Amino acid sequence: MKVSIVVFPGTNCDRDTQWAFEKIGAQTEFVWHNEHDLKNPDLVVLPGGFSYGDYLRSGAIARFSPIMQEVIEFANKGGYVLGICNGFQVLLESHLLPGAMKRNENLHFISKHHHLKVINNNNAFLKNFKMGDIVNIPIAHAEGNYTPQSEDDLKRMWDNEQILLQYVDKDGNISNPNGSADSIAGICNQNKNVFGLMPHPERAVESILGSEDGIGMLISLMDSIK
Amino acid sequence: MKVVANIYLKAGVLDPQGKAVHHGLDALGFDGVKDVRVGKQIVIELDKQDEQEALEEVKQMCEKLLANTVIENYEVEVKK
Repeated sequence: MKVSIVVFPGTNCDRDTQWAFEKIGAQTEFVWHNEHDLKNPDLVVLPGGFSYGDYLRSGAIARFSPIMQEVIEFANKGGYVLGICNGFQVLLESHLLPGAMKRNENLHFISKHHHLKVINNNNAFLKNFKMGDIVNIPIAHAEGNYTPQSEDDLKRMWDNEQILLQYVDKDGNISNPNGSADSIAGICNQNKNVFGLMPHPERAVESILGSEDGIGMLISLMDSIK
Repeated sequence: MKVVANIYLKAGVLDPQGKAVHHGLDALGFDGVKDVRVGKQIVIELDKQDEQEALEEVKQMCEKLLANTVIENYEVEVKK
């Protein structure tokens, strides 16, 4: 699997993402924001960080960088795209995923391990998990308060199996750290080729990091592609 | 000509910053505060003479970049 990792000014999880994907045997390439060539990937990853300093809104400026035009075209042709944290915010601003992010309800930057529940595994990102699985993966964000376009839209997303992960406690009960609608932590688009989540699976790939639960998501993607 | 764009979260979209400021005002003893919304103001200097044209241009900017119309509304006015 060839993974292109997009790097914007202010991206800071690019190397962790590279480490995690190379650990599972993928080939990785960094792609700079002002390039026009995605380098023929099987998967594009928009990693976490603070692209363009989060100025205006998280992801708002990154969305207009030259490489994003290529990412949008790639996604519209069915290519797999994964956005983690700031990458998720960029995908929302690009309208590759529905909805928007607001500041966390308590206005704090939240950085901690959090449990998540797998809501749907009928997709490339979570197919190696069982529905209802509880995983433990770090979150680190100030704007993770997911807001759908409308209540109707939210319902459609549930019906279309686009809600992938919810914030829960260790027993699987809803535990919402940031005010996100329906405690949503991760979603996909209708075609199930574009995935976005606020938690950082690439930071949960070795037991020494406190959890290995994230690696299964990356392996799911690899199994789906190859 | 200077044009001001005021951008707010839409009515009905919970505004966490507005809520926090509201609590602060309550704590300071300002009673009778019914609601607080925190938004942003962007001032743009344009090389244009026609006010209508300038407003139209800044509206386009709001639609494309300055506001996220999924959750935000905007108002534009010429700064006198």
